[in-house]
Amino acid sequence: MGKLYFKKTSKEEKINHLKPKKETIDLLLNYSKALSVVDYEKMKFERILN
Amino acid sequence: MNNTKVTDASLVRNYLDGNENALGALINRHQHRIYSFIFSKVYNRDIAEDIFQDTFIKVIRTLKRGKYNEEGKFLPWVMRIAHNLIIDHFRKNKRMPKFDNSGDFNIFSVLSDGDLNAETQIIKDQIESDVQELIKELPEDQLEVLTMRIYKDMSFKEISERTGVSINTALGRMRYALINLRKIIEKRNLILTN
Repeated sequence: MGKLYFKKTSKEEKINHLKPKKETIDLLLNYSKALSVVDYEKMKFERILN
Repeated sequence: MNNTKVTDASLVRNYLDGNENALGALINRHQHRIYSFIFSKVYNRDIAEDIFQDTFIKVIRTLKRGKYNEEGKFLPWVMRIAHNLIIDHFRKNKRMPKFDNSGDFNIFSVLSDGDLNAETQIIKDQIESDVQELIKELPEDQLEVLTMRIYKDMSFKEISERTGVSINTALGRMRYALINLRKIIEKRNLILTN
């Protein structure tokens, strides 16, 4: 009976093994490659390459 | 193998120097932790995916704009961004409540008992501790008035008697304390609402 209180629930176990989709990671890496920031005087402009 | 020896700080430096692979390494290293953290709050894979994506878009933009300073550690900083975006998500949902139309009608989806639920309680506690940290940055005289008014619930008359200044001065200090707090919040890009 005591074990029930200490055993991790399946939900918790599931959460610990979660990770984002590969597509999400790829999108972020591509976004990073495409994004450049241009300084102009005191301003910064973002430029996305298509 | 080599990846574990390189610190986050040097990966960030490499990334700022133009090495795009460094970002991949950083994401790879922390994706589990950040994604699990987000999922543990929203319990929805699609929403967690969106928030994870928005978190790193913000990270990338901040890094590329040269606004990141290595004062804290990389992971706590990213977690903080994720945390703020989770708050944004719940706040948006609060403004536009959605009905869960997954089967039986649930009366609790339209009724609320008015008490704080676990999420809003966490957010409230976080905001209160953040504000307590922020007010420490105020000038001494403003901090004194603000503390007496907000935390000790004193009237401006009592404050003026205690501090030995006129009521108008106390009112002015309170006003400037609030203006300065807003400035600090804006400067740090904090979101302090639930």
